[in-house]
Amino acid sequence: MSIENLIDDFSFLDNWEDKYKYLIELGNQLPHFDDTQKIEQWKISGCQSQVWIIPHFSSSTLSFQGDSDAIIVRGIIAVVLEIFNDKSAQEILDIDVEEIFDKMGLREHITPNRRSGMLSMVDKIKFYARQSLEEKNEYSRVSS
Amino acid sequence: MFDAHIVRKDFPILNRLIDGKKNIYMDTAASAQKPLVLLNRLEKAYLEEYANVHRGSYWLSEVATENYEKARQIAAKFVNAESPDSIIFTRSATEGINLVAATYGLATLHEGDEVLLSRAEHHANLVTWQQTALKTGAKIVYFDLDDCGNFVWENFEKALSSQTKIVAVTAMSNVLGSIFPVERICKAAHNIGAKVLIDACQFAVHKKIDVQKFDCDFLAFSGHKVYGPTGIGVLYGKYDLLKEMPPYQYGGDMIEQVSYEKTTFALPPARFEAGTPAIVQAIGLSASLEYMMQFNFDDIEQYEAELIDYTTKRLLDISGLKLFGTAKEKGGVFSFAIEGIHPQDLAFILAKEGVAIRTGHFCAQPLVNALGYNSLARASLGIYTTKEDVDDFIVALQKAKNFFTNEM
Ligand SMILES: Cc1ncc(COP(=O)(O)O)c(C=O)c1O
Repeated sequence: MSIENLIDDFSFLDNWEDKYKYLIELGNQLPHFDDTQKIEQWKISGCQSQVWIIPHFSSSTLSFQGDSDAIIVRGIIAVVLEIFNDKSAQEILDIDVEEIFDKMGLREHITPNRRSGMLSMVDKIKFYARQSLEEKNEYSRVSS
Repeated sequence: MFDAHIVRKDFPILNRLIDGKKNIYMDTAASAQKPLVLLNRLEKAYLEEYANVHRGSYWLSEVATENYEKARQIAAKFVNAESPDSIIFTRSATEGINLVAATYGLATLHEGDEVLLSRAEHHANLVTWQQTALKTGAKIVYFDLDDCGNFVWENFEKALSSQTKIVAVTAMSNVLGSIFPVERICKAAHNIGAKVLIDACQFAVHKKIDVQKFDCDFLAFSGHKVYGPTGIGVLYGKYDLLKEMPPYQYGGDMIEQVSYEKTTFALPPARFEAGTPAIVQAIGLSASLEYMMQFNFDDIEQYEAELIDYTTKRLLDISGLKLFGTAKEKGGVFSFAIEGIHPQDLAFILAKEGVAIRTGHFCAQPLVNALGYNSLARASLGIYTTKEDVDDFIVALQKAKNFFTNEM
């Protein structure tokens, strides 16, 4: 499923009940982490629910796995992963999630209340992207 | 007689719609909404009576100073202090507690001394003393409440020792609602020579503070929880103690004489109010405190006791709901969990219904963890909360619960 499809699906649903049900459905498709994955290293600090994001770096792209103990948040993670997975670091840094969430009618999840987890999640993903870019720059400097 | 329906009308924000829905504000324990008299007072202070205090010898500064010092008198009346000189304006309860820890605490605590806290303290009280203990070599000792959140006298008494130098406790838990027997605590602590700091943040919203009756040495609360502005808090201290305490911060307004080599400090309260204070916030707070004092606290308490019973019953009717904090003496906060549903999921749905509740660990993480959770939901009452609000909250809660039960 592409992000365009997701935006279409969400904007087609015109009440919050259906949007949230759909979010939960998307969340249900995410595999649950086991205890070895739910560790401090992958935890996104946030007050209200626990969120874990694990990055995977390949030569040209990054991808992520995520989980939470709250089911709507799992849905949000599913959307966030759809947005960011298998993109290059630069692509990740260029993405405007606020615009995407706005289009989906999920504005409340992009308020600056970082405790809802969504923005800190995105911050962390962008942090990994930045890190991978810097490492590459470092590498090209050393090897050239 | 006290009527919350009439009181509501003083709080314009309660009439605004939230995304088209009625505003059901059940998060007063985090911060209270503001009465119109406060907003009018703030406006008047800025529009007609504003200048810096304690400085200029011109009319505006004189009026501002007079209003600021009158606010101190009103705060003194609110807590029934012996004198306004015992009232220090702070930024918040958090700052009040930090002030005591950084001055009295650092100056008097030594290796081997004990600071006694309950297991239900807010981080403002817990972390502050924990860190002060690290600096001084003092030890933190905790006493337990029972499973319902009742204060258990034997637990407290057992934890009190000849090493106890400071007892720092909440008068009402922001998680469990439990009310502590402050007067008795002070008496027992004083008997062994310890000082007592009372965190009255939640208590102040629901019950009458009387520092002379309590005989506490320090007491702190925040303006924003007692229907006042943010950025202002009150710290009461016994004057004889304040007089002996070193300054908290340095700067203007807290000095007596300054030379290039040396400074002597002003007497309290000025000694503890370095720099330009939160002038208008203090004046605004005094309007809110006067607003509260026009009610008879006994009436408020009686109304609240009925509403607490009612809310408790309605909550317990929801199957799978677990309520934390059912102490015999409790104020209007209800921390709960619904089996199989994460509090944040609940709160998302409640928000859609116009209902504001708090979720998380409520800045009392060790307590919430000890209850077996990372996160709980909490609803809380204010003087404007009506039975209808509770009904709407319960309907929304039931709806939220069904939403998830049908989903899973
Ligand atoms: C019992 C208790 N103590 C202290 C505080 C801290 O208050 P503030 O954040 O206004 O300083 C709170 C507020 O959440 C509280 O409920």
